[in-house]
Amino acid sequence: MTETTSKTKTSGLIQPTRRGALKTLAMGAGAAATMPLWARYTSAQSAEPIRIGFGKHATGIGAAYGRWYERTSVAAIEKINGEGGINGRPVELVTEDDGTDPRRAAEVLEKFANQSSCDVAFGTLFSHVVVGAAPRAGELKLPYFVCSEGHHVASGMLNRWTMQPGITDVKSQISAMAPFITDVLGKKVTMIYPDYAFGYDHRDNLAPAIEAAGGEIVGSIAIPPTETSFTKYFPQIPRDTEVIYHVMIGPAVLTFVKEMGEFFGPSRPEIFGFIDSLEATDLTSPGLEFLDGTYFWEGMPRYLQDDAPDYVTAYRDAVGLDANGASVSDPSDVSTSAHMFSCWETLHVIKAGMEAAGYQSTEDRQALIEAVEAMTLMEAGPAHPGGTKMFNGKTHQVFGPQYISKVEGGKLVVQKTVDYEETMYPDEVDYTSMSF
Amino acid sequence: MEFGPYLMLAMLEGAVLAAVLALMASGLSLVFGVMRVVNVAHGEFYMLGAVMAWVVTQFMMGLGGGPAVNFIAAAVLAPLIVGSIAAAADVVILKRLNYDPERVIVATIGLLYIIQQAALMGYGPDAKPVVAPFNERIALPWVAWGENGLEMYYPWGLSTTSYKLFVIVAAVVILAGLRLFMTRSRAGLIMRATQLDGEMATAFGIPVERVYAIVFGAGAALAALAGVLIVPIQQAHYLMGGDALLLSFIVVIIGGLGSLAGTVVAAVLIGMSDGIISVFFTPTLAKIIATLAVALVLVFRPQGLFGVKNR
Repeated sequence: MTETTSKTKTSGLIQPTRRGALKTLAMGAGAAATMPLWARYTSAQSAEPIRIGFGKHATGIGAAYGRWYERTSVAAIEKINGEGGINGRPVELVTEDDGTDPRRAAEVLEKFANQSSCDVAFGTLFSHVVVGAAPRAGELKLPYFVCSEGHHVASGMLNRWTMQPGITDVKSQISAMAPFITDVLGKKVTMIYPDYAFGYDHRDNLAPAIEAAGGEIVGSIAIPPTETSFTKYFPQIPRDTEVIYHVMIGPAVLTFVKEMGEFFGPSRPEIFGFIDSLEATDLTSPGLEFLDGTYFWEGMPRYLQDDAPDYVTAYRDAVGLDANGASVSDPSDVSTSAHMFSCWETLHVIKAGMEAAGYQSTEDRQALIEAVEAMTLMEAGPAHPGGTKMFNGKTHQVFGPQYISKVEGGKLVVQKTVDYEETMYPDEVDYTSMSF
Repeated sequence: MEFGPYLMLAMLEGAVLAAVLALMASGLSLVFGVMRVVNVAHGEFYMLGAVMAWVVTQFMMGLGGGPAVNFIAAAVLAPLIVGSIAAAADVVILKRLNYDPERVIVATIGLLYIIQQAALMGYGPDAKPVVAPFNERIALPWVAWGENGLEMYYPWGLSTTSYKLFVIVAAVVILAGLRLFMTRSRAGLIMRATQLDGEMATAFGIPVERVYAIVFGAGAALAALAGVLIVPIQQAHYLMGGDALLLSFIVVIIGGLGSLAGTVVAAVLIGMSDGIISVFFTPTLAKIIATLAVALVLVFRPQGLFGVKNR
């Protein structure tokens, strides 16, 4: 058989040659000869580190987030290893730059699965990157724990291998914020949002939430996330606007907020922003004085609050945050506090999931997903410094507390905390009914 | 917002863009005019100017300078540094290629990536702000018919900042200076002679190679100066050169490669239309129209509005 096919050189079929066949045989023989060695490796595998692939936005528009996501993840892994690792095995972070680019992120997942033999992948933030990479995770059957706050997980757009157990999604955040906006700030809302997936979550969910709370959206302005100059967008804001709702991302967020202040001058409407508009940006930067008295959503408070529990200060110390939410080694290096805690919490969820599933090797990946799907209440504490959360295994999405903070004297002070119970909405998908 | 104040705001925004574009594109145009070299790395010199402005102001802040002193230092030093880097690149790379147009394009593409990635490695992936030397919000008045005849009032949102006005004025002054330099000075004469006929200029004892290095450096310095002027408004970021390069090419093609006057006119045209179309419609439409204009110019007037046909 081997000889006959090797003669028909022109056929388009795969043509095993005699040499190739011999090689395969030799490899098989070699493998058979080393069988005892294999067996020894298997028993030693329990001492092998568990490898967690971290797709870091080291470059591109998400770079500031990437830097802090990595610091938080490293601190969390240090803590987990200090407490004995996972199932008695040490944990190792394998970091790759995905360039905040969906195509690159999919390649990074492949690298995690096929080259660096990672057990799981984790840590992606930007929603277009998650949406672009998650299908590959499904094909690779690689558990993919994202920290993105996009609604794409809970909307049913992704697959059974992608989960978001460490950060809440935009839809629940908005449902918590809308009543506050209409009750306290005003009924006529103009929204400014980035013109891509994450921004559309805001666009699609804010209008119903505001209308349900008795207000209306009078203007809706989409700005590309790579934009560098913003004044030209602001005249589209209707004159009767009572509240500006802004959420912006990308390297130019400081310019965005500054130019908004310059546009309004002394006659600004009420302003409610998602802290994304100012993540990694110093609130005391020149030109931001007008923000005093405005409100922000935070996923976790940036500034150390007076009533912070011990586990929050322990988390902040481990990551290296000062009281202003900046790096202890460089006060001008402001963190992405409202998002990065999700890395810490997600890594603890992975640990809990692996322990519940008795995770031994990549063979147990499916068991890990099922173990996480079985999770429900996550009590606030050292593993969940962001507050008590509820995980919904069907939608692969966690629900948690939302913070509304006011800028007072250049600092964010928490005014209101909305507990997870008030942010739940009916399921839109049941991932557990999907096949692996 | 009412139509009148709306239009005025659009024009102010457009004028700032036009000023920066005119500076940057005149550098590109100067290099092409004299050397017949298409410099694809031009946008990176703009980025490098902004980054250097940040570096210089950080350094000066360490010495305890105020924002104004720091900014002046940046405006002087950043173009000088970037110009020297560009002149060195000319001597080390472009000269070795004998300024062969195709190979120069490939070489400057390489230069683009080297500069961009070096900035990423040295300066980092974050956008960093430079404090403007002065930045007061100026509310602008508007005149309209009211109940008592002509009335002056301050419409909502109609404002600019003193620094934005300064950018416009600075660009006009620099471009006027550049024009005077090219037409009235001996160095300008030598450059124009080199532009008209390099071989003949060599025969008359003009050190053409040195002229080329200086022109390439000066073109980069103009881009860097544009970067310094914009950085208090927009912050320095290692990827900021891409859009700027595209817009300067649009400007230079519409204006006519090598024509300074055409470049300035095209910059005002593109800057203003971008400002006005983005305010009244969308910024995406503004980009579409600019690109369409380039296509139309290339089809119907390939030498550009002010360009001269090749003899």
